[in-house]
Amino acid sequence: MPDLGIDVLLKGSNMLRLLQGLWVAMKISLVSIGISIPLGLIVGTLMTTRFKSLKVIFRIYLETIRILPQLVLLFLVYFGSTRALGWNLSGEMASIIVFTLWGTAEMGDLVRSALVSIPKHQYESSEALGFTKGQMYYYIIIPQTIRRLLPLSINLITRMIKTTSLILMIGVVEMLKVAQQIIEANRMTSPNAAFGVFLVVFILYFIVCWPFSTLATHLEKKWR
Amino acid sequence: MNWEFIEKYLPMYREAAVLTVVIGSIGIAFAILIGLICAMVLYHKVPVAKHIVNGYVELSRNTPLLAQLFFLYYGFPKIGINLNAELCGVAGLAFLGGSYMSEAFRSGLEAVDKIQEESALSLGMTKYQVMKYVVLPEAISISIPAFIANIIFLLKETSVFSAISLMDLMFTAKDLIGLYYKTTESLFLLVIFYLLIILPVSVIGSLVERRLRYAGFGN
Repeated sequence: MPDLGIDVLLKGSNMLRLLQGLWVAMKISLVSIGISIPLGLIVGTLMTTRFKSLKVIFRIYLETIRILPQLVLLFLVYFGSTRALGWNLSGEMASIIVFTLWGTAEMGDLVRSALVSIPKHQYESSEALGFTKGQMYYYIIIPQTIRRLLPLSINLITRMIKTTSLILMIGVVEMLKVAQQIIEANRMTSPNAAFGVFLVVFILYFIVCWPFSTLATHLEKKWR
Repeated sequence: MNWEFIEKYLPMYREAAVLTVVIGSIGIAFAILIGLICAMVLYHKVPVAKHIVNGYVELSRNTPLLAQLFFLYYGFPKIGINLNAELCGVAGLAFLGGSYMSEAFRSGLEAVDKIQEESALSLGMTKYQVMKYVVLPEAISISIPAFIANIIFLLKETSVFSAISLMDLMFTAKDLIGLYYKTTESLFLLVIFYLLIILPVSVIGSLVERRLRYAGFGN
């Protein structure tokens, strides 16, 4: 068996550093998702109201965020906004801003489509049965919406964790960057480290994302 | 905004955009092919192959493209498989896209009513004819929205190619920012070119979607 360089990770604190890199990426995605979910709920609900102008504004926001690659958004905030507004932004902060903007747009759209997908007769029947507005939402509409929303939001978390791999391009030291550093540092002693280390990175991403997406699929099937 | 600068570096961006589109379309074409094959395997529940496809779909959906590309570009040469950056880009995009396309086709295939297949069989069509003339056309028309969303998603994913030193739009923009500090102009061109690539796909996509919405049986 050829030397695949996985042993590099067992030297010193290399594995620990790699996991710390993963934690940086996780932290950024968890903070962003934590802010995006409440904001997305508000945006999504507002998009189903009757205010035309509000709908148009959110639609434009959503489409602009969606049409551009996340990496372009990261560049716009990290290089563009600092230049235009003259402020100082760390890579982490820029990523949190971008992922929150993006997450809010995606979450808002999920909430909107979940609310729209509740058939009209659900509202009408609950009114006919004498429910008050509050009761109608509490007992009828919100439980149904959550069933449709939850699997999709969990998927959004996976997408967010995967997308955090991009932040290495704006200089945040996350797992892929740490992997590069480890490979560079051990170039002489272990020239094949690139294979082993990137393989481990690949597997670590899988280990983090897989439970989420399996849970989402499971819930989707269960609540269909 | 320095228009002279923009005029000077426009051709560079154009070249980069062409590269993005070419690698993107080849990768997406392969992704569609892989997706179709995988969906067929899953739909017909081919023994053994079914498990391999399931494993592949899970693996490719739960890892970021950047990690896949690094593994291909930096890791594979160490076990004797040398791929140049372009090939890595195509392979990475096909690997990632294949699973997404497979999911889109599979859900389309599963949405086709069983009665369609049964009626076609009772009319004396062979299994192959049933697939070709009845099930596939309906399944594809059902999966078109997911399919277009995937194409846009994959086009957007091409932005990470710059990390394996492909001279794409991101690479050009980052280069120019580093060289001349013309941040505003470089980013402006970057956004314009991405819009030029993705907006038409999105517009054509929604037109096609509207036309195909009633293609399914019974609507």
